[in-house]
Amino acid sequence: MGKTLTEKILSNKSGVDAKAGDIVIVPADLVFTHDISGPLTITQFKESGLGKLANPKSTPIFLDHCAPSPRLELANDQKVLRTFAQEFGCPLYQVGDGICHQLVVEDWANPGDIVLGGDSHTCTIGGLGAFATGMGSTDIAVAMALGKTWLRVPETFLVKITGKFPRGVYSKDLILHLIGLLGAEGATYKALEFGGDTIRTMTMSQRFTVANMAVEAGAKVGLFPADEINRAYLETHGRGDRFQSLLPDPDAIYEKVVEIDARKLGPMVAQPHSVDNVVPVSKVAGTKVDQVFIGSCTNARLEDLAVAASILNGKKGHPQTRLIIVPASRTVYREALDKGYIKIFINAGAAVLNPGCAACAGIHQGILAKDKMCLSTTNRNFKGRMGNPESFVYLASPATAAASAITGEITSPEKCLS
Amino acid sequence: MLKTMLKGKAIRFGDDISTDLIAPGRYTHLRSNLPELAKHAFEDADPNFTARVQQGDFVIAGKNFGLGSSREQAPRVIKMNGVSAVIAKSVGRIFFRNAINIGLPVLIADTENISDGDELEVDLASGTLRNLSTGDRLKFGKLPSVMIQILDEGGLIPYVKKFGDFKFQD
Ligand code: SF4
Repeated sequence: MGKTLTEKILSNKSGVDAKAGDIVIVPADLVFTHDISGPLTITQFKESGLGKLANPKSTPIFLDHCAPSPRLELANDQKVLRTFAQEFGCPLYQVGDGICHQLVVEDWANPGDIVLGGDSHTCTIGGLGAFATGMGSTDIAVAMALGKTWLRVPETFLVKITGKFPRGVYSKDLILHLIGLLGAEGATYKALEFGGDTIRTMTMSQRFTVANMAVEAGAKVGLFPADEINRAYLETHGRGDRFQSLLPDPDAIYEKVVEIDARKLGPMVAQPHSVDNVVPVSKVAGTKVDQVFIGSCTNARLEDLAVAASILNGKKGHPQTRLIIVPASRTVYREALDKGYIKIFINAGAAVLNPGCAACAGIHQGILAKDKMCLSTTNRNFKGRMGNPESFVYLASPATAAASAITGEITSPEKCLS
Repeated sequence: MLKTMLKGKAIRFGDDISTDLIAPGRYTHLRSNLPELAKHAFEDADPNFTARVQQGDFVIAGKNFGLGSSREQAPRVIKMNGVSAVIAKSVGRIFFRNAINIGLPVLIADTENISDGDELEVDLASGTLRNLSTGDRLKFGKLPSVMIQILDEGGLIPYVKKFGDFKFQD
């Protein structure tokens, strides 16, 4: 019987014929944690009495969520992580290196891998064809120690995308549209696998944006097949030898097939306070924007910054609107500098901050005041997400964000693109 | 071994209660200070929660309870406030695992007719809930066997302390 990508990876790794619904135990190729899920992970690891890490060299720790630390309590948490990394020989990513998921795709993950992260957006890494899923601190602590975890093999929804994106429409608009369609719990416990002719030309950066938000429909993973574009990406990152082609069987069994015609999509936004509250930009155009945030593991890669730069080039941000731009990693930052994007942003009046999560999780660097609104390229707009339950977050693509930063109100990017 | 007969009153929430509503991100600096963080449980969903919750009470919710971030502090602060179980129409995947891992039972049932303040009695062994205030009886879905085995030990840490590895029985 044919297998989905999920069943292929989990069969291969567990050594049993894994079918949807089975419980399997799989070895982990990479287990990671960061500065806010990490301290509890370490407490749990110590409490478990298991004593050692199965593979310290592939147990990286990232300082990204509150980096540099805005508070003494968080500084103390980071100290715990630094000490642990040193004592156990884990790679430590410093303040300013960037966001965990971005660094994992740049430096670690390969098609067919099992990646377990102490963060719900670990599904980003599925863009590379790795079975990557987020877990809480205790699961991660045990996976670090035992080098494996248990998983229920999820049923799969195939999302088949056909046709070319119209001008001004990006992979963020596609994933927002899909979440609107499925609903915030529409794919709970499921795997989302992407197929159709559109994905064959999607860049890795676009795939990561889509996979990143699989969890916003409740999914366990968001998986792309591994093809030549994937191979080229791994080659640029020095891991060409780790490439393997990974495709679902033609007779794989899906619980559901969702078809999307990319030609019919327009720029989309998710309105407060839920990610599935999705409407075309045109429906909310003109809404006043107090802050624009271009950042996060969803949309702060070089391509995202390139689109924003093409719109902001030679323009000024609206005087009533703050513009915060945060590259996803140090590499992205350096490349954006080389290409002149950072200069464009600074000239447009943006605050460009060091790579990291920044305003995304409401801890620092862009907490909103009462009644204020942020148009953000991030992945969550839950009440309180940006640090204040009396504020509002709208989600959109970097193009929509950049266009709106100029006008000070929600604006469709189509007319700003040269 | 887990207590199998639970009794308490219902504290009612609606649909889509995210982990940001259970353990707000603005208190991230308290994540290593759980007793303090627990004082802010559900603050943005029900500001009176910590004042009115009593030992043994149930958190009753609609669909997709605990969606969002993987923060394990969410089930922890619920448990630390004395809640004996979460009963919801459906729950977010990571929250589900996290709750079981720390020994907080999560039960899936049609909670539509449970009102705030109802007196409830839950029998984990038989999978039934009695609403003493209305006389209703509900069946809840069976947990996957792996989760029952973890819960039986009081969570994943006590489980691995005892077995040293995953030793699940079919
Ligand atoms: S950028 Fe936002 S969503 Fe991504 S890992 Fe950081 S806090 Fe989480």
